[in-house]
Amino acid sequence: MKSAVIVFPGSNCDRDLAVALEEVTGRKPAMVWHRESELPDGVEFIGVPGGFSYGDYLRSGAMAARSPVMQAVRDAASRGVPVIGICNGFQVLTEAGMLPGALMRNAGLSFICRPVPLRVENSQSLFTAQYDSGEEIVFPVAHHDGNYQADETTLDRLEGEGRVAFRYIEPCNGSARNIAGILNDAGNVLGLMPHPERVIEPAHGGTDGRRLFEGLLETVNA
Amino acid sequence: MKARVFITLKNGVLDPQGKAIQHALDGLGFKGVNDVRAGKLIELDLADGTSNSDIEEMCRKLLANTVIENFRIERLENA
Repeated sequence: MKSAVIVFPGSNCDRDLAVALEEVTGRKPAMVWHRESELPDGVEFIGVPGGFSYGDYLRSGAMAARSPVMQAVRDAASRGVPVIGICNGFQVLTEAGMLPGALMRNAGLSFICRPVPLRVENSQSLFTAQYDSGEEIVFPVAHHDGNYQADETTLDRLEGEGRVAFRYIEPCNGSARNIAGILNDAGNVLGLMPHPERVIEPAHGGTDGRRLFEGLLETVNA
Repeated sequence: MKARVFITLKNGVLDPQGKAIQHALDGLGFKGVNDVRAGKLIELDLADGTSNSDIEEMCRKLLANTVIENFRIERLENA
């Protein structure tokens, strides 16, 4: 699987994501700087990593969402290329209008950094095919602005269309309906606050994230 | 010319920072603060003749996230 990881000034999970992708796919992803206007030819998967792009100035993800590379990411997504936005990447995708809603300051105002139990709500997506529906898994979170908010109509639509991919089992950051990760309407864009790329091998303290990338690889290769 | 852009959270959008400020005021003994909403003020120094619609475009494209925020523009023609 030919993958690309977008790098913004202030990204800090880009290398974690690159290591996870290389480990699972056997191939190093292309690291694409945010000033680029094109992605590598034939890219089959795009990762928008975590971090603090542009120092979280103005709003988390706001400037990154307007970077030149994001037009290429948007175009690729509309052609059906799978895109994952993790943590700051999720914030970037909402700011870019590729996913609905917004990520606001955590309800308790604290930066939250710990493993959290999640429920896989939809096991039919490109990203979750190797999980069971309703399965409980643990991914770490590390964020200040992970409080997912959208209007009730949008939330109802997300729920009704099976687009809530992951949900916090216990309230975590104030997110509406404990939403941890959502899909776009076509199902090929996933944004989530928890970090699957940080639970890939046993030395990480867990391997629940590995199946996300393995499932994706299987789908792309199928 | 200068312009000021006031960015405020839409009604109904939870404002954790506003809540924290309200609690802090209460802790300082200021009673009767019913609610606090925190926003942003952005001052722009603009070329003369910049139109309102240019400023609105700036707000919609970057300065405000219209999913959760409203904006209000105040032009200061002689500043």
